[in-house]
Amino acid sequence: MLEYDFMRSAFAAAGIVAVLAGIVGYFLVLRGQTFAGHALAHVGFTGATGAVLLGAPALWGMVLVTVAGGVGIGLMGERLQNRDVAIGVVLSMALGFGLLFLHFFTAYATQATALLFGNVLGVTMPTVVTLAALAGGSLAALALIARPLLFATMQPELAEAKGVRLRLVAVLFLAIVALATAECSQIVGVLLVFTLMVCPAAAAQLLTARLGWGVALSAAMALAQAWLGLALAFYTDWPTSFWITALSGLTYAGASGWASRTHRT
Amino acid sequence: MVHTIEVAGLTLSVGNRTILSDVSFAIAEQEFVGVLGPNGAGKTTLMRALLGLVRPARGTLRVLGAPVAFGNPLVGYMPQFRGAATGMRLRGWDFVAGAVAGHRWGLPLLNAADRAEVGRVLELVDATGLAERPLRDLSGGERQRLLLAQALLGQPRLLLLDEPLMSLDPHHQHGVVELVRDLQRTLGITVLFSAHELNPLLGALDRVLYLGGGHAALGTVEEVITGPVLSRLYGSSIDVVRVDGRIFVMSGGHAMERDHHAHA
Repeated sequence: MLEYDFMRSAFAAAGIVAVLAGIVGYFLVLRGQTFAGHALAHVGFTGATGAVLLGAPALWGMVLVTVAGGVGIGLMGERLQNRDVAIGVVLSMALGFGLLFLHFFTAYATQATALLFGNVLGVTMPTVVTLAALAGGSLAALALIARPLLFATMQPELAEAKGVRLRLVAVLFLAIVALATAECSQIVGVLLVFTLMVCPAAAAQLLTARLGWGVALSAAMALAQAWLGLALAFYTDWPTSFWITALSGLTYAGASGWASRTHRT
Repeated sequence: MVHTIEVAGLTLSVGNRTILSDVSFAIAEQEFVGVLGPNGAGKTTLMRALLGLVRPARGTLRVLGAPVAFGNPLVGYMPQFRGAATGMRLRGWDFVAGAVAGHRWGLPLLNAADRAEVGRVLELVDATGLAERPLRDLSGGERQRLLLAQALLGQPRLLLLDEPLMSLDPHHQHGVVELVRDLQRTLGITVLFSAHELNPLLGALDRVLYLGGGHAALGTVEEVITGPVLSRLYGSSIDVVRVDGRIFVMSGGHAMERDHHAHA
């Protein structure tokens, strides 16, 4: 399996993105902002299709628009961050526009499927390098804001009293989430970002109440799901994204079952 | 003697509303002061002003002999409990530890001294065991103990507790008041403890700070909780009834402080 170039690239890309998604996703679940993460992915679809329509690389269009979207949601403050109706409207419109851009650029069925459901087997080495750089930057930024982010998440009023700049931290975090969703979309597509960003993190939080272990477990499970999914896709010829979603769904169900038996839910 | 809190000619506004108008009082060291008054009277606003989060429209505020400073490590704060942390699947230890150096950038890694500090405050409130459990699984009273531990980080000289008794049943209310009183005596700190009802605090407090109608009255229970003083604060006719060692503030025949959820 690993004799093939495209498989090696796929494993590298999936690995990098899975670890990033697992770590960022842990905080996303903790903050209860998973729907915002989901919405940013949809907005990214518009960015990607718009970019292609303009002749630019899809990834950069996606990154640009999702980061702008993330910052926008962050700046709107509490009012928009948790307003699922407003977010839902934005993401439906985003998909609609994405479809329109696709319509104008006629070569498109495969491109659409790739954007929506991921095309990890089509990832090239240069893309892997880009993904690695973006992931490294995102994780470095997250490491920088981790302390105030946690404090603001758990105790916003006390954090404010101690000097944490709540709005700044919220915006920076959403920008990082945006980058992570753009990267995830390369692997599992815009529609399935949840599967790497949320499922492993949510499962990890069911399995342990400790912060450090939770983050590590989330990253490890995301990585295992991504790589096992790839391997299964190679041998069965079924879509990678299907396997990854199946594995993450099963893992979450398992964690949920275990948690309710140990009275944790 | 350096007063812990000195307020002179203070006017506090939030938006267009004037919360406190030309208020002056001083709170001495190691006093346990109960802060009372209806919703909207300024209990939370006053605490936020003491933390440097609300700037006075007029007048001065001094804490521990210096002007109010944003992020003052000598002031411990226990905010009104919001629902955010209720459902968290994170253990109490991590929750309290998040406040140790939470205002600094970087990774949430604690060195030995920080870990010892977290252990110390958990020990003070007798929460060492329950800190291993997820927040989600804790009762209201247990969570309040964690919040209290968090407020004690860094050895503050002044504790601002914003309605710690809210939504606790009477048994747990008694426990929290006792705990705060013990800590106040042992650590020699000044405590401002805001509440809706006076009775749970009766055995513990030294003086009462009663806010209402933009004014404040500070004094012992006997001095402040009287018909004339409270009528002036509320701007309407108030009767004070003492029954069986407990005190009820009545307006027009019903007890005022039952009105927990209405906003002035």
